[in-house]
Amino acid sequence: MPELPPLPTISQLVFTGFALFTCASALGVVLARNLFHGALALVATLFGVAGLYVMLEAEFLAVSQVLVYVGAIATLITFAIMLTRSMMYGKTSPLNRQWGKTGLFAVMIFLALYGFVGSIPWADSAPAVLADESMIAALGVEFVTNYVVAFEVMGLLLLVALVGAVMLARDNN
Amino acid sequence: MAIDYLPLLIMIVLGAGFGALVLILPAILGPKETNSQKLEPYESGIIPFSDARRRFPVKYYLVAMLFLIFDIEVIFLYPWAAVLRDLRVFALVAMAPFLLVLLVGFIYEWKKGALKWGE
Amino acid sequence: MVPLTGYLLVGAFLFSAGLYGALARKNAIAVLMSIELMLNAANINLVAFWRYGDTPADLTGQVFAVLIIALAAAEAAVGLALIISVYRERKTVDLDELDLLAG
Repeated sequence: MPELPPLPTISQLVFTGFALFTCASALGVVLARNLFHGALALVATLFGVAGLYVMLEAEFLAVSQVLVYVGAIATLITFAIMLTRSMMYGKTSPLNRQWGKTGLFAVMIFLALYGFVGSIPWADSAPAVLADESMIAALGVEFVTNYVVAFEVMGLLLLVALVGAVMLARDNN
Repeated sequence: MAIDYLPLLIMIVLGAGFGALVLILPAILGPKETNSQKLEPYESGIIPFSDARRRFPVKYYLVAMLFLIFDIEVIFLYPWAAVLRDLRVFALVAMAPFLLVLLVGFIYEWKKGALKWGE
Repeated sequence: MVPLTGYLLVGAFLFSAGLYGALARKNAIAVLMSIELMLNAANINLVAFWRYGDTPADLTGQVFAVLIIALAAAEAAVGLALIISVYRERKTVDLDELDLLAG
């Protein structure tokens, strides 16, 4: 009698669920004919990615993902869709002329990445990490010491983005 | 550990499952009958007077922009607040330019009248 | 324990899907959403390599991911403002019709 493969653990099952959910909603984002449905699928994808972050024990990132991506970026995208509504109920195809070639290209890229990732014996297990509270504290230390320049530049970038977006979006009359 | 979040996952699955159930079950079991009253957004409510699918004023977008900026500020403030007690003045000095720069952006949007509604 | 390969494959799939959307969709907002997918793919890779690396006490991967999230927010804000501005001028967000610069 052949030996049965070991049963999947809970974390493997949960990971498979999150991975399938994320990939399916990502397909929904790029394939949805209705742009608004695409935006909702994007929210689902971002939630799935947040779940993967929890699986990777990066809880702070998962919270950031939900706060910034789902809370703010998805809101902005929804508003932008509502502001530029005319396209939404169009009967024309949502794809441009080169979609066939592009699809083939994307599938080839994925297969190449698949082959590459599969060919390398990556680590199967990970070393233990810090507890949640000390990890967030350690992140705080990183931001004000090693990465303080990146941190300040990020503030500047946000200022530029805010000013630029207000300039562009404001009604000029 | 990620396993600590299992109850949260079970809650999410239960919630989504229940939501799906109450949508699917009536569609299968309930009697199907359509008339114009049923297709209205609010049965026995106010009669809709215009299409909801019109363009929204750009002000909504500007307010969403402000929300985004301060959302990101919170993301950076949270780990910083966790170490403020240990690093003391150093952490304050590192955070001050960041906050000041974002304050400039806030004042700019305020002065441009993005927060004025109506008029 | 889930092998690192699983996370990398999810990242690869998100990247490929985003690439397809960014190149094949006509609507400018759809293109922007696809770019968000690709940024998320990069983030998954960063966090996965941080987690499975030899020194998880070194938080570089997570710091990078937080910075990318903030960067994506700035990018989305400006990109969508540009789209709104273009829409006001041309009454369309169809990238095929925005061909003033095409030779």
